[in-house]
Amino acid sequence: MSTRRPLPAWAEIAVLPLVNIALAFLTIGIIVRIIGVDPLHALKLLVVGAIGSSESIGYTLYYTTNFIFTGLAVAVAFHAGLFNIGGEGQAYIGGLGCGLAILALDRFLPAPLMIPVAILAAALFGAAWAAVPAWLQAWRGSHIVITTIMFNFLAAALMVYLMVNVLIAPGSMTPQSRNFAASGKLPSMHDTLAAIGIQVAPSALNLSIVLAVLCCIGVWVFLWHTPWGYALRTMGHNPEAAVYAGTNLRHMTVLAMCISGGLAGFVGVNELMGVHHRIVLDFPAGYGFAGIAVALMGRSHPVGIVLAALLFGALQQGGAELAFEIPTITREMVVVIQGLIILFSGALANMPRPWLQLFLSSPRSGEVPAQRAEGS
Amino acid sequence: MAAAPAIELSGIQKSFGNVHAVRGVSLAIAKGAITGIVGENGAGKSTLMSILYGLYRADAGEVRIDGQPVRMESPHDAIAHGIGMVHQHFMLVDTFTVLENLVLGAEGGPLLAGGLAAARAELERLAREYGLSVDPDARIADLSVGEQQRVEILKVLFRGARILILDEPSAVLTPQETDRLFRILATLKERGVTIVLITHKLREIMAATDHVYVMRQGQIVADRRTAETNPEELAELMVGRKVRLQLDKIAATSGEVLLAAEKLSLVDHRGVRLLDNVDLEVRAGEIVGIAGVSGNGQSELLQILSGIRRPTSGRLTVRGRLIDAHHPTDPAEMRALGLAHVPEDRLRQGMVAAFQASETAILGYQAEPPFCRNYLLDGPAVGRHCATLMDRFDVRPRAPALRSSNFSGGNQQKLVLAREMAREPKVLLVGQPTRGVDIGAIEFIHRELVKSRDNGCAVLVVSVELDEILSLADRILVMFAGRIMGEVPAGRADERTLGLMMAGAHPAPSAVEGA
Repeated sequence: MSTRRPLPAWAEIAVLPLVNIALAFLTIGIIVRIIGVDPLHALKLLVVGAIGSSESIGYTLYYTTNFIFTGLAVAVAFHAGLFNIGGEGQAYIGGLGCGLAILALDRFLPAPLMIPVAILAAALFGAAWAAVPAWLQAWRGSHIVITTIMFNFLAAALMVYLMVNVLIAPGSMTPQSRNFAASGKLPSMHDTLAAIGIQVAPSALNLSIVLAVLCCIGVWVFLWHTPWGYALRTMGHNPEAAVYAGTNLRHMTVLAMCISGGLAGFVGVNELMGVHHRIVLDFPAGYGFAGIAVALMGRSHPVGIVLAALLFGALQQGGAELAFEIPTITREMVVVIQGLIILFSGALANMPRPWLQLFLSSPRSGEVPAQRAEGS
Repeated sequence: MAAAPAIELSGIQKSFGNVHAVRGVSLAIAKGAITGIVGENGAGKSTLMSILYGLYRADAGEVRIDGQPVRMESPHDAIAHGIGMVHQHFMLVDTFTVLENLVLGAEGGPLLAGGLAAARAELERLAREYGLSVDPDARIADLSVGEQQRVEILKVLFRGARILILDEPSAVLTPQETDRLFRILATLKERGVTIVLITHKLREIMAATDHVYVMRQGQIVADRRTAETNPEELAELMVGRKVRLQLDKIAATSGEVLLAAEKLSLVDHRGVRLLDNVDLEVRAGEIVGIAGVSGNGQSELLQILSGIRRPTSGRLTVRGRLIDAHHPTDPAEMRALGLAHVPEDRLRQGMVAAFQASETAILGYQAEPPFCRNYLLDGPAVGRHCATLMDRFDVRPRAPALRSSNFSGGNQQKLVLAREMAREPKVLLVGQPTRGVDIGAIEFIHRELVKSRDNGCAVLVVSVELDEILSLADRILVMFAGRIMGEVPAGRADERTLGLMMAGAHPAPSAVEGA
């Protein structure tokens, strides 16, 4: 208990997550072996499926975009000491806002105006959906974990009602809105690259990934380089110190959740404006929940989140290919694989720490005399 | 004392990561005597005792009990060898009775009744033998702090301890309760119990012990018969240089009232009256000290004065700004009014353990220039500011990028003080200015507080250390049960009067003004 030495920073950031992932893949390999598939063959299919061609890379990055949004959403709330489980619902309602703005305005506004307005609407709707649980926590003491989970169900029910009864396109048999006009479509990456002379295979990847990168930078600047981000982190680490410093915890709770919900709402931008080009049901498809694992694995830092989101995006895309190629590996099996990775890099993340400490920390005991002399 | 010593330690070594906490300590604790171990915070006293009690394992060295080498793997081993420890923070279940606490962990079977009856008989025997009388059926929550400590001692004796280790036992006691504790220890000694007293208070070493070991930087630097030493010598040994125990200061020249409270009351959500009609005034250029045993409303008073909490009734005036139930305030506004607050509990309130020191050094001021410009934090400016504070207040190590939690208690306190004093506040609230701070740093902090006072700042010091209040304050207010018991000018204050007031007794009117 008392003899543990801290890991060097580089091991904390690089080695520990890699060991976690390696352990996860080892376990997955054993399970895949048990159901009668050659693990190395499966691994090869997974990797090729994720990054084997420009098309698969495109899809991997498209999934990554969603994971970045929800990962950042969870991370911002987490820095404020809040556990936002409601990314799913906030993404859903964010998409609704984005879609409503486009349905209302796409005939009047040109794309350069329509796109920013729709993005803003997605953020506002996602933020508003997160603001209610935040308000309930801040003023009424209702636990935000419970309320955000409930708001996921509310969002799903609301969307079904709206899509079936209100927003359904006239004459349509499926619950989806009319198609967006051209100005309400976010350009795809292959079209954009083609315009500057780079040819890549068509995929779902669209310019939302640029928004995702901007969000990463924005979150980094906000959290570590503004007084509000400072106050937010203070609240997350030590609410009493935040009160002492003059931060209004209620306002800060609402602010943190609004930013979190707004980020989650951008999933709607990627899905509806970038891919479906109309409002559909069930587009958040679990990204909100996966965001928790992404944030956990990425240590709630934008750089870590990008890396974790890439891994999750690759698993999503490679897993789909794997299920397609090997019938014994079903979609559910792919979910098991993702679950194991979350388990090893999240819940069991610190399991290999003692062994790593044994190997990586021992040389540090030589620094004792210097440190002591300085500190005495 | 010709027999083998009760405890003999030889060559004990213990490191935590880079910190060599105990370096080759050898000592002998005589049987049936009271031995003191004195040293500054971080000198290694508590680590050494934790090794003896089996909480830590020594890296090297030997422990002998009654001349026999023993291995201390866990507190169970220590208890089996007759060693008992009374911790600074009580380990009692508040809602249980004395008897129930006593049998906790030694219930003696699946049904409580038998164990409780045996314990009751044993408790009566202990009470008779050692003069430790406590009502066995009283709930812990209803006992005074002094009585709770007696229960802790009884708990240890109940488990058959012949060697008693007390870690800073007087931290929560009034002077009178401390005297009572020392009488109990003397009785225990007469009955043959060996006692080890760990403290940083020299007065207690002089009053209670037969023999004293002085620790500094993980080593025993001296070993004296108490009768043959004096507080000045011990202080010098602890710090490693000459220390002035007495604070030199000129008389206060008090000016206008900068902070005034009228009939402040605070009732919590359960209806408990935490503050009861508190009146006080602090003028420019004076230090007002609030004495009292911890938990008598001082924390709540500081919270209200600094804007963290709203009073239930009454009013507060800070530099002309009126604050009451209808005109609330917040800590940010108080800061803008020129009020700075060094909180009692720096770890919980005054800093963020996970932040870099430079980030802790702007807590509360983060939105102000020069730290914030164009809505962005200026990292280099924050770092430079922290380095300046560290230079001025001699914070070690001088490393603004180091995590705040990696500094020792004294250096954390200096950093928080530096932050609050850097803005040259007009009103300075200081809670427990030297809690967990070494003697060397205490001297420094006291001098800085007096310097602020001399520059015209209105200083309010809340401390449970009576010595500190006596040496710092120009006027002393004593709090008990949420009330101000009375005011004593520093010149006429003595420990006995203040001690009585701290225990809730109204002292002779001659000693008090405005009671």
